[in-house]
Amino acid sequence: MIPALAFYFFATILVCSATLVIFARNPVHAVLFLILGFFNAACLFVLLGAEFLAFIVAIVYVGAVAVLFLFVVMMLEISFDTAREKARRYLPVGLAVGGVLLAELIFLFAGWHTAPGAVVSAANVTEETGALTNTEMLGRILYTEYVYPFQLAGLILLVAMIGAIVLSLRTRSGVRKQSVADQVARKREDVVEIVKVTPGTGV
Amino acid sequence: MNDSLSLSALTPLLPEIFLAVAGLALLVVGVVREQRHGLCAMCRAVAFCFVLACVFMLGLDWHRTVALNGMFVMDQFAGVMKFMILGGLLISVVLGEKYLAQEGLARFEYPLLILFAGLGMMVMVSANHMLVAYMGLELQSLSLYVLAAFRRGHGKSSEAGIKYFLLGALASGFLLFGMSLIYGYTGALSFDGISHVLRASGEGALALPALVGMVFIIIGIAFKISAVPFHMWTPDVYEGAAGSVTALFAIVPKVAAMGLLLRILFAVFEPAQDQWQQIMWLLSMGSMLVGAFGALAQTNIKRLMAYSSINHMGYALIGVVAASQTGVAGVIFYMMVYMLMAAGVFAVVLMMRRGGIALRETTDLAGLGLRNPAIAYAMAILMFSMAGIPPMAGFFCKMFVFQAAIAEGFYVLSVVGVLTTAVAAFYYLRIIKIMFFDKPAEALDQDFGFGRRAVLLGSVLFVVLFILNPDVLIEISRSAAAAVMVAP
Amino acid sequence: MVSDSFLMDYLPILVFLVVAGGMAVLMIAASLIVGLRRPDKDKLAAYECGFDAFSDARSKFDVRFYLVAILFIIFDLEIAFLFPWAVTLGDIGLFGFWSMMVFLGVLTVGFIYEWKKGALEWE
Repeated sequence: MIPALAFYFFATILVCSATLVIFARNPVHAVLFLILGFFNAACLFVLLGAEFLAFIVAIVYVGAVAVLFLFVVMMLEISFDTAREKARRYLPVGLAVGGVLLAELIFLFAGWHTAPGAVVSAANVTEETGALTNTEMLGRILYTEYVYPFQLAGLILLVAMIGAIVLSLRTRSGVRKQSVADQVARKREDVVEIVKVTPGTGV
Repeated sequence: MNDSLSLSALTPLLPEIFLAVAGLALLVVGVVREQRHGLCAMCRAVAFCFVLACVFMLGLDWHRTVALNGMFVMDQFAGVMKFMILGGLLISVVLGEKYLAQEGLARFEYPLLILFAGLGMMVMVSANHMLVAYMGLELQSLSLYVLAAFRRGHGKSSEAGIKYFLLGALASGFLLFGMSLIYGYTGALSFDGISHVLRASGEGALALPALVGMVFIIIGIAFKISAVPFHMWTPDVYEGAAGSVTALFAIVPKVAAMGLLLRILFAVFEPAQDQWQQIMWLLSMGSMLVGAFGALAQTNIKRLMAYSSINHMGYALIGVVAASQTGVAGVIFYMMVYMLMAAGVFAVVLMMRRGGIALRETTDLAGLGLRNPAIAYAMAILMFSMAGIPPMAGFFCKMFVFQAAIAEGFYVLSVVGVLTTAVAAFYYLRIIKIMFFDKPAEALDQDFGFGRRAVLLGSVLFVVLFILNPDVLIEISRSAAAAVMVAP
Repeated sequence: MVSDSFLMDYLPILVFLVVAGGMAVLMIAASLIVGLRRPDKDKLAAYECGFDAFSDARSKFDVRFYLVAILFIIFDLEIAFLFPWAVTLGDIGLFGFWSMMVFLGVLTVGFIYEWKKGALEWE
């Protein structure tokens, strides 16, 4: 009873906030609704028993991605009204494509069934394995059985890193930076010269 | 579970592991010695890595081997595709070396991004698991998004990067949605597992969930091979990206995506052949028509090449529609020939510089026959081959797929194919007309560099001399086709 | 649906959420209902509440902020991979250990690249 109520509660907020992401006039509000949406998605994950995913959504999406979105939204110095005007022109096409997809989803939902010979392992992940938590179950296969995609994920993150730097790092010329290593490595002999000066002669 | 992962089980992955390790090492070396060695040394190092990876490939057992819990498959098909990919990457690195320096884009990350993209492509063609296929595709795409926007601070290049990224992300979303539907329906993610369940449960036709899943997966991959109607990004990205990046886009990623498409269609959705044949028919038909007629209005040579590549993908897809062994061999063969032809054409496109500025319009080629006759004749030969005029290589690959289609009774497709070839011939021949008969413009800059000359020469020699010994490539394609069509 | 005992662990959080949400709604509603509001022209004038806006609040940010944010996300994701590993290290053996070491090695190479490239400096 409570899980079902909670599901409808979170799902309603999720759908509403997702809609508001699109229709909010102020882009910053849109990002805030997006965060609300992420948060509710995390709650739905908890209801499904996928705690780990729930917390990853909370940490990565709410904590990091949304912050990045806020940056981007603030950085964009464009008039959102003209952008909206342009978007309105493509609205019929967008609605048509969206409508087709929606129809497809409805058909799919109505006709959904699993294959007769399907390996139904996903039906309930928490109950079968009893004592194991969701995170443990992931950990047991992610690094051994799924080592190949795991390492590929590492490479993808590396490429993302290179890409971000290649595309957005600019070194400004003429900036005088502090070089700690040089400062520390400076020796007394290099910079201080002791000269014996006999009085009356000058250096 | 750990027993299967002993080090010897990793042997089939040797080329990939080598490339990954080399890429990491070169990244560190590159950034540490950035001041002293620029792009040039890095390009050579990466090119050398590609050659070495090819050597590793030759040393492998090309019989079907499965590694890493069945996620990785090495067979004749994967081997041939990887060879093509490595070859194409090598060509594009060689083409880009001096060009980027001339364009003021000499940064050492460029060849490394190509290397990581190549790694992703190799993962794609030997994937035997949906997750791995997706990861490979993302690794490739992410590197390519960055390359598309590599000419930063340049409006069109940023536009190219953004367009490619947004649409590519959308396509990835479709792909993932399709995969999740297939997973929900069959409960399996490995290609073997999915095809086993599909085979056991259906008599020929797929049930609705699997069908929708398959369509979404095909959409995701069709985007990467820019088949109509998922081609919208192609002209803009080709136009905006730096010249050598466009050359890379035109020749390599499509080979990898085609490899993944063939693998998924034949190793996973083989029971649903009748259903995906219809989709492929539409994609092929659309690509041929849009590619042929869209190019007629183009004056920018990169946009022209974009439509030309869409057009060629249409012909290659005819072989997929035929779905016979000859047809699939035709696809692989077509991709080989197209890759080598396009490499030559792009060598010429990259040579088009005057006063240190890259030229964009086809009319800039005017008078090439007078000023640089050698290049003009080479370009003319390549254009004849692109148009499919015998006895060039471009004729044989078209003939091969048309034959396969007719043998399977796809007459309409073949007729449209021949007609669009005639339309396409118009704009290829128009370039020849511009080069030889239009009022001459100034001569091009002469510092072409060794790379572009070598690629152009190799490409022309291939196109012309192919007829002397056509069997070699055709036999290779046939054996690869046989490998991918064997039900596991 | 998952087992009830699992969800029971989350019940306090749900209660907390409901209470927190309730409090927020209550406070806003109370101030709307009970609060005394007598707006007049002078109270609503710009002088009382700051100045008229001179220009749009959105101005161009240095792209550097963005770079820092995206590098943070990448390492954030890397950390996300560490949690299940830390929990199950005893079960997955030496292979699992080295698997993670390779992963971290790849990202360390990225970190060296970043550092040397100067992406972590703020001039």
